[in-house]
Amino acid sequence: MEKAHSSGIGRYVAVFVGLGIITAVEVALGAARVINLDPGLLVLVLLVMSAAKAALVAMFFMHLRDDTKWFSLIFIFPFLLSSLLIFWTVFERLG
Amino acid sequence: MEHASTHAVPAETNTGIDNRKVGIWLFLGSEVMFFASLIGAYLLTRASAEKPAEIMQNAVPLISVNTFVLIVSSLTMVLSLAFARRGNQGSMKLALLATILLGATFVTIQFAVEYPRLNSEGLTMDGNPYLFGSTFYLLTGFHGMHVLGGIIWNVLVLLKAMRGAFSRENHAGIEFAGLYWHFVDLVWIVLFTLIYLL
Repeated sequence: MEKAHSSGIGRYVAVFVGLGIITAVEVALGAARVINLDPGLLVLVLLVMSAAKAALVAMFFMHLRDDTKWFSLIFIFPFLLSSLLIFWTVFERLG
Repeated sequence: MEHASTHAVPAETNTGIDNRKVGIWLFLGSEVMFFASLIGAYLLTRASAEKPAEIMQNAVPLISVNTFVLIVSSLTMVLSLAFARRGNQGSMKLALLATILLGATFVTIQFAVEYPRLNSEGLTMDGNPYLFGSTFYLLTGFHGMHVLGGIIWNVLVLLKAMRGAFSRENHAGIEFAGLYWHFVDLVWIVLFTLIYLL
């Protein structure tokens, strides 16, 4: 059974501000290189921040957090499957 | 003239969940696999050769602005749904219109400003280095066409809203268009990092 959605505008604005801040930090680290991070660590940090932004959009803007868990399953399973296939293929190519 | 009903029509269901919503989520799940195949091709190209770093680095400021535009459009889209749930028709339509205009800004910057600039700097579909151009344009172009599709969908939803088709009880049309729109935003969030920052 679907749960009731929260239509709290404040929450949406807070998520938006979070997305904006993470994007700014991403650009500062990835493009402007304001901090000289190890390349491997930089890749990891940028991927984690990108995943965090994607999760915020899916959970709050797409309401996966409040909706039935079946939708999360339908959406996340292809993500996991495709991530596995991509990493496998790329690492095989690199290896 | 016949007015569209603003009363909530009981949704058809075989599972206890609105069939249309299940359909949208299944469609989005298939879209994940579609984009994943193109992202995989792009990353394989990157694994074979470095990207043209200087050309891509020059693109970051404008593309960062464009990314922000798409994030704002996601906010306006979800606000449109929130206003619909509150029965605030005027704000709902205004937020939908803002979403359409922001989406149009995104595709205009991408197709009319960024692509010609990249082309003039030597990043072409058929050129080197190592197919980077073709996978880049295929991936970002495919996404751009999705944004265009989302704009058309939102225009149709706005036209329905102008005819008074949505209400506090009946706003599924806005919710479904929103799910697609947020998905397109989510994909760009991933692409922005993979293509322009890594």
